[in-house]
This record gives sequence, C-alpha cells and structure tokens, in this order.
Amino acid sequence: MNASLTLVIIMVVLYSVGVYLLLERSMTRVLLGFLLVGNATNLLILIVSGPSGAAAFYGEDAATADPLPQAFILTAIVITFGVSAFLLALIYRSWRLANADVVYDDTEDLAMGRRRTSVTTDRPVDGDDTEFGTRAAAAISTAVDLEKQEEREEQESLAAERRQQELDKKEGDA
Amino acid sequence: MIVLLAAFALVSLVIPALTRRLHTRVFFVTALIPAAAFIYTLLQTPAVLADTPPTESIPWISQLNLDLSFRVDTLSWLLALVVTGVGTLVMLYCIKYFAASEEGLGRFAAVFLAFTGTMYGLVIADNVYLLFILWEATTVFSFLLIGHNTGRLASRIAAMQALIVTTAGGLVMLVGLVMLAERTGTASLARLIDLAPEGTAVTIAIMLILVGALSKSAIVPFQFWLPSAMAAPTPVSAYLHAAAMVQAGIYLIARLAPGFAQTPGWQPLLLGLGVFTMLVGGWRALTQVDLKLLLAYGTVSQLGFLLTVVSFGTRTAALAGVALLLAHALFKAALFLVVGLIDHRVGTRDLTKLSGLGREAPFLTTIAVIATASMAGIPFTAGFVAKESVLASFIESASAGSALGWIAIVGVAVGSTLTVVYSARFVWGAFASKNGVETVRPLHENVWFLSSPAILAASSLVLAPFFGTVGTVLEGYSTQFVSEGYDYSLKLWHGFDAAFFISAATLLIGLALFWARTQVFALQSLVPAIVDSNKLYRSTLRTLDRVALRVTATTQRGSLPFYLTVILLVMVGSVGSTLALNRSWPDSIRLFDSAGQLAIGAVMIVAALALVAAKKRFQAAVLVGVVGYGMAALFAFHGAPDIALTQVLVETVTLIAFVLVLRRLPARLGKAHGSSRRVLRAAVGLSVGLLMGIVAIVALGARSADPISASLPDLAYEIGHGRNVVNVVLVDIRGWDTLGELSVIVAAATGVASLVFLRSRTDNLPRVSEARARGTIRARLKPSREIVSSEYVPGVQDPSTRNAWLLAGRKLAPENRSILLEVVIRLLFHPLIVLSLYLLFAGHNLPGGGFAAGLVAGLALAGRYLAGGRYELGAAAPFDAGRILGVGLVLAAGTATVPLLLGADALTSTFFETTIPLLGHVEFSTSTIFDIGVYLVVIGMVLDVLRSLGAEIDRQREESSESLESGSTI
Repeated sequence: MNASLTLVIIMVVLYSVGVYLLLERSMTRVLLGFLLVGNATNLLILIVSGPSGAAAFYGEDAATADPLPQAFILTAIVITFGVSAFLLALIYRSWRLANADVVYDDTEDLAMGRRRTSVTTDRPVDGDDTEFGTRAAAAISTAVDLEKQEEREEQESLAAERRQQELDKKEGDA
Repeated sequence: MIVLLAAFALVSLVIPALTRRLHTRVFFVTALIPAAAFIYTLLQTPAVLADTPPTESIPWISQLNLDLSFRVDTLSWLLALVVTGVGTLVMLYCIKYFAASEEGLGRFAAVFLAFTGTMYGLVIADNVYLLFILWEATTVFSFLLIGHNTGRLASRIAAMQALIVTTAGGLVMLVGLVMLAERTGTASLARLIDLAPEGTAVTIAIMLILVGALSKSAIVPFQFWLPSAMAAPTPVSAYLHAAAMVQAGIYLIARLAPGFAQTPGWQPLLLGLGVFTMLVGGWRALTQVDLKLLLAYGTVSQLGFLLTVVSFGTRTAALAGVALLLAHALFKAALFLVVGLIDHRVGTRDLTKLSGLGREAPFLTTIAVIATASMAGIPFTAGFVAKESVLASFIESASAGSALGWIAIVGVAVGSTLTVVYSARFVWGAFASKNGVETVRPLHENVWFLSSPAILAASSLVLAPFFGTVGTVLEGYSTQFVSEGYDYSLKLWHGFDAAFFISAATLLIGLALFWARTQVFALQSLVPAIVDSNKLYRSTLRTLDRVALRVTATTQRGSLPFYLTVILLVMVGSVGSTLALNRSWPDSIRLFDSAGQLAIGAVMIVAALALVAAKKRFQAAVLVGVVGYGMAALFAFHGAPDIALTQVLVETVTLIAFVLVLRRLPARLGKAHGSSRRVLRAAVGLSVGLLMGIVAIVALGARSADPISASLPDLAYEIGHGRNVVNVVLVDIRGWDTLGELSVIVAAATGVASLVFLRSRTDNLPRVSEARARGTIRARLKPSREIVSSEYVPGVQDPSTRNAWLLAGRKLAPENRSILLEVVIRLLFHPLIVLSLYLLFAGHNLPGGGFAAGLVAGLALAGRYLAGGRYELGAAAPFDAGRILGVGLVLAAGTATVPLLLGADALTSTFFETTIPLLGHVEFSTSTIFDIGVYLVVIGMVLDVLRSLGAEIDRQREESSESLESGSTI
C-alpha cells in the first residue's frame, strides 16, 4: 500500500513543530507542542491505517476505511484532552504559586552536579576495647566511659559534616 | 521441623512485647525454642544413624522448583545440634550479660531468636533456593545484631561492611545455584550431590557458589569483615562469629564436597586459600591486644583450617573436618563468652590493662584454660582428637604421593604453631599478673553467669573420650566419599604415631615462641602487611561512590529539555538505524487523496509554522485550534465520521479550557526562557519529524496481509448488534482498551481538580438556593412585562435589574453579562442535552456514541458556565463531578465484569429486542450500558475542567481581589 504524500508532509510538519515547542522551557509552549505531537501521532495512525474510503458501517458496499485504527484514534483524542487539561491545571498552579510559566532545572540535581566529594564515611574507625567500661561491676581505673565516648563521636561527626558542607559550598561557588 | 521453624518465627514476633514485661528474663523464653529444636534433633539420631534421613516438604513455588523441603542427614544433624545447642547456651548467658536498661533489648532478643531459627533452617534445608533465602536472611539478621549498638559509628560501619561483603558473595552464589539447578533439573541439594554433574558450566557454577561460601566464612580475601564485626555485643560474636554463621560457608563446602571435590580447581584453590587464611589469621592474632580481636583473628585462622580439611575430599579428611567443626564450635564459643564475662566484670578487654584476674576468678580461669587447651590441641581435649585426625588424613594422602597432602601438612603444622602461640598469649593476657599493671578488684563469681561457658568448655573435655562414638555417627557423612582403603576412626588416643609427633612439635615450638615473645613480636613488626583487604574494601566503596556521583551528575542535569532531547535522540538513533537496514520500500506514493486534503493541509501547515513564531498566548491557542479542526476535516475526508465529530468537539472543549486558564496568565508568551539553542531544538524537531515521516511510509508499505478489520463489520453486526463499526469496537470488541482509557480520564480529571482545589475536592460549587430558583422560574413563567414594568424605562436597560434568562444570571457582575449569550444558551442548552442523548443511543448504528455524546453534553454545560458564571454552573450541574466519574467508571467496569459472574467472558454483551406499542421495534444491547458509562465519564471530565479551571479560578480571583481591597496580604 502507498501513502498520501500530503498527509505525510502534514504529519512531518506537526511532529517537527511539536517537538521544537516541547523542548522549550515555557510551559504554555510545552503544552502547545504536546497538542501538536498528539495530533501528529493520530495522523500517523491514520496514514498507516491504509487508504481512505467510505465510513465503516455494516452493510456498506463500497470499500470502507479501516475502522480499527479509527477506534484507536478516538481513544487517543480523548486521552490527549485529559492530559492537556492536566497540563493546563499544572500551568495554572505553577503560575499561582510561583508566578512563573517556566520549567526550571531541578535544584537538587544541580546541587548534585556541584558536589565533588563522596558521601561514604571512609575513614577507619577504631572500636572500643569494651562494651561496659565504667559500667562494669568491678571496673578497673583505666576503664573507658562509653557515654562520653559516644558524645565525643557525635560532636566529631557533626564537625566533619560541617566541614564537608563548607567544602561543598566553596567548590560550588568556585 | 517446619513446626519448629514456625515457632522460631512466631515467638520472635512477640518477643519485643514480652521484653517490656520480663526484661532480661525474656531470654529464658527465647532459649526454650532452640532447646526444643536441640532435643528434637537428638531424637532424630536413630533415624540419622540408620541412614534414613528424616525429611519434610511443603510445596511453595513449584514453577521455580522452590519448595520448603528439609532433610536431616548426618551433616545437617551435627550442624543442627551445634546451632541449637550453642544457641540455647548463649541465650541463657544473655540473661546476666545485659542490663535491664539495655537499649533495644527487645529488638535484640527477637532478632537473635530469629537468627537462630534461620540458622537452624539453613543447615537442614534441602532446596538450594530455600538455602539461599535463609542464607541471606542470616546476613540481614547479622547486620541487625552487629549494629545493635546503634549509637556508635564503629558498630554501624561494621554492620554495613558485613552486610555488603556477605550479600555480594551471596548474590554471586545465587547465580551459581541457579546454574547448577537449571543444568541438573533439580533444586534438591541431596539429589544434586548424587548426580554430581561435570563440565565447564558446572565448574563455573561451583566457583560462583564458592565465592558465596568463602565470603560468609571470612576466608581471604574476605576475611576483614569478621574482625570488624567484633563491634557486636560479645554474645553475638560467640554465636554468629564462632559457632553459627561463619560456619555456614564451611557447612556448604562440606555439603558439596562429596559430589564436587573433584571439580577442576576445587582442591588447589580451597587448599591454598585455607592454608593462607590459617596463617594470616594466626599471624595477625599474635599482635592483638584486645582479647576479642585476638579471638576474632584466631577464628579467621581456624576457619581457614576448617576449609583446608573439609575441602580436601578424602574420606578421612571429611571425618576429621566435621570433628574439627564440632570441636571448634565448642571451644570458640566458650572463649568468646569468657571474654564477655571479663569485659562485663572489669570494663575492658585490653590485655595490657588486665592483671591478676587468674587469682581473683579461679572458676573463670579454669573454664578459659580448658577451652584454650582444646583450641591449642593439647592432648585429651576435643581439639586434640580433631587435630590428630586431620593430620592423620593429610599424612595418608601425602604418603600416597599427593603433593597437596604435603602442602596441607606443612601449612597446618605452621598454622597450629601460631595457634599455640596466640592461645598461650590469650591465657597469659587475660589472667596472668603483670608487673606495673593495676590488679583487678576482687568480685564474687556468679555461678549462673559462668554456667554457659562452663558447659561448653566441659564438653570439650568430656566429649573427647567419647569421640569414638561420635565418630561412628559422623561416618554417616564421611562414607559419602570414595574410600581409599584407609580405615581411620576417631579415637582419644592413637598412640605415638606421626600425627602425634607433629602435634607435639607444634606445641613445643609454639610454647617456645611464646616464651621468646618479645623477640618474636619485634621480628613481626618488621614484616609489612601483605594486603590490607580492609583498605581495599574502603577504597572500592569510595571509588564506587565517586563514580556514582559523577554518573548521576552528568546524566541527571535536572533539565527537562535536556532529558527530552536525549530520549528523542535515542529514538531517532535506534529507529533510524532500523530504517536504514530496511529493505521493503514502497514502490509508489500518492500525492494526495483529494483536493480538499491538499487545501486543509496547507492551512494546517501554515498554522503550525505560525505557532513557532506566536508571541501571544491567545494567538497560540487559536492557531493550535486551527490545526485541531484541520485534523477533524482530514478525518472526515478519510471516511471516519466518528473521529471527525469527536475531534471537533474535543478541540472546542480544549479551546475553552485553554482560554479559561490563559485569562489568568499574561498575554505575551515569555521570551526570556527557551529561546536558547534554537538551532539545536529545530534540528531535533526536524529529525524527529522526518523520521516519523519515513516510518509512516515504510510501515504502510510493509502492510501486505489482509487487515483483521476486514471481518469487523460482520462481527460488529452479528455479535455486537451495531452497524457503527467504530462504536462497536470501542464498547464491545475492544472494550478493555476503552475501560483502560476511562481510568486514565478519571485519573486526569482527579489530577486537574486536585491541582486547582488546594484543600478538598468535594463539590462546593455555590448554588442558587432552591427556593430562589423556583421563584425565578415561577416569575419567568408569568408574563415578563409584569416583573419589569415597575422599573421599565424604555430605551434604558439597567443591567442589574435586567431580566434573567438563566437561573443565576443576576449573580454575575453586570458588566460581565451578555444578554445575547444568555439568550442563545437558554435556547440551546436543552436541545444540546437532547442531542447528546440522541448521539448516545444512536451511536451504536450511526455516527456518535458515548464519547461524542458526553462532549456535547459537556459543551452544553460549558455554555451555561460561560454565559452565567460559576453560580450558573452550580445550577446547571448540581452534582459532584467526582461522583459522575465514579458512576461512569462503575457502569463500564460493571458491564465488563458482570458477565464473568454469569460464567461468560468479560465484556460479553447481551442483546434484547422487542416491539413496544407506539414506539415500535426496540433494540437494546448491554454494551449500551458500557457506552453510558463512557458518556458519564466524559461529562464528569468536562465538568471537572469547568469547575476547576473555570469556577474555582474565578473564586480564587475574587478572593484575592477582595483581600487586596481590604488591604490584607494573601
């Protein structure tokens, strides 16, 4: 079977313009692009469905257009409507909350890109020589006070975290 | 057995609650279960001896060969006794070890019990997948146990390290197990070993399994996790890191050895690693000052020893291996418990801080000395008997000319010497009186607290004379190996044979070295550490972390256009390359189907291109509308009236929705963002467009068979009882698709509502009160002149008093009212609703159907809203949109599922026809109910859009302008 060049060209234009708009940062343009790409895709289904013909009704004697892809397209049209309504609501929400119609870069992702150091604790840690220390029944005088140890450790890790943040910040600024 | 395992699981669940009441006495309860399992296993002894292993099996996932099957043969029997027996004793020990105030005691007790149960299941499991599941479960529980002290960094890191190392090994093992089970077609361990397949694939599978076993048993290069895991409470170390978990790897190797010891690479690899681990562990143990670490490195060494023996593959070695396994579990658990006692008593495990404990704690010292004697292999202990038999088995092989036998003898002899040295050091370090070190304070010894290590140590001594009897049971395992004609049996005393002389030599040299320890340590400090696996592990993790960070930062830029570009380019690349390889190009192409197509196409292309340059939002909305209506025309030309109709309606509703939102946004489309990289975007767009064009041409050209839809018209009429094929396809033949679509619509509508209504979705549309509405209607029914006459001034129409053509007309601000619109809507609303009903019911045979009908009804509502505002919408549709959506979905889903209840396939339609007087012939198909569902869902969707994007936005605007006027901030 061969295709109608006119339909193909329309589809190519719709896809091209649609994708071009989809890649924008303005949310309204993204929605426009989405609508165009939706239309283009329906057109694609229409083109590959074969030649045009009479409407598909039982008892139609003339050659009819293929009804199955039409059902697909009908489904697609309504879904596109649902999704574009959702996008519209998103646009409104974004405008109301941030007064912006723009898809911004994700700040968390950007922060990730600026980090230079790893998150794992990779320093060797010495264990204690006791689980009881000064709490033991007949503790020796040199026994370790575990509670103080834990406190110190906590402060150390807090300090390390602060240092890390400062480092990240410095690198980010640079 | 399965009942016992269930008891382990269930009791673990209630332990945390019990702990709140019983405190440390909860360990009495937990000890009951492993004790029961211990006794039960003892009762199985006759069956095990008679070589009729008790089995139990419950099918679980038969498709995967995964069954809950358990089997207690000699090896499992021994391990089960060790696991449950030592488990019971360690739990009893915990009663005194922990204080009632211990943090997380309930969790600890529960996890400990669960671990014991898992371990018991692991050693009696017969299914390889079940074995793997339990294997990984022990890893997870050990993670929780090692990390018991959540406040300390060391314990968290150690727990993580043990988890990562053993899980990684376990996953590798899983691959091997799957390969093995797939190759042999059975997942039963016993069957696998009977079959003992060979070949390259089997060798690879076995090597993979060995990785898991070696990592679990802390064999070089995985040995580093075990000493780190000493951050765990000492009872955990006594159980997991001496008797139970670390022996799991040894157990698995012992389990596989009868079938696979002849696998290429098995013997040299395991012997080499075993001897090396034994030496490395012993060497490191020499210099430890923490008694627990000393024991931990000692355990690494002993695990290497065990590996050397159980993997050796001869009958005598197998017997010696299991004997050593038993002896090791007894003395090592006892020694860990002793260390725990010391720590509990004096508050340190550092042997440089301990002095005079031997004099102060004679019972503890006795226990420790007996257990250490067994560890060092001093005559007439269990350890001695086991070591004798090990040496004897190696001597057998060596004298038969096996080089491996010689290596094993030398390795074990040197390793044993080191064992003697660190054993002596342990006793000396813990109990001797040292000059210049403060002597420990006297303290009464608690008999109960001592009992667990005492029982373990005593059994090292008491069992030794009975090892002959034990041996006859254990031969049930070793006879699985081919006999080489030797008839070795375990005995307390074999006389002054070669093995004894080697033993004696190791003892004497060991003690001599300990005597000269100052010089030995000085010498040792000169030898650098060969490989620091711990460092390697940390740097591996660090590198992994950095790579992950780099990859994430490079690929996850946080930019939506970037992601889309990547996705589209991948599509162009992959689909494009497939097209390039395509050989079936159509030989001709039509220019156009009709002149109308050409004209419409031109308009659409112009509109689309203008869209790129559109500067204003409304302009863009109109242009995209032009494209949409053009689509409808194309559909109509194609012979698709249904989609043409739907497209027109959808386009209209979309346009309305667009306008409703856009009125709140600035008129001009933002220019600042998105104008960058125009050329790139244009290139991507163009390449996608062209690609899709080629796809369309090729796809159509590739169609050569008759489409299945050729038979659809007949099907539609005969089965679906409808003439409109497209409609019958939607509501009957492919009803599932439509049902899925309806769900999408409901989700989208709900999404719209929840994005706009910030708090609640319930219907809060303002309504004109019933009474007023009725009044208005009654008033309107009177001749209109009467109402107006009093204020009627010809020529001057005051909008506020103007007659209302709609229910809520007067609620609208006068300047927003349009009399023309009100009149038109007033006239059109009811005809539109009737039209929608007509489309709904006629759709089965004529163009129309639920989608189009719903959209028409939605448009009627939209008209009411546009003309009369949100009050008018509330009056026109005085119901909750969510409810309409729900009812619609229920109707559609009900039509789909009710036939199932009646025994037919889902979505089967039923057809009725009858002749009713006056109306004539009436036909009804149940698929019409489905279509009504579609109709309601579409109405609900449109209504939700109107309520959210229309009415609610109105309200929010009024609210904000009111608050601005009253001077308050939003």
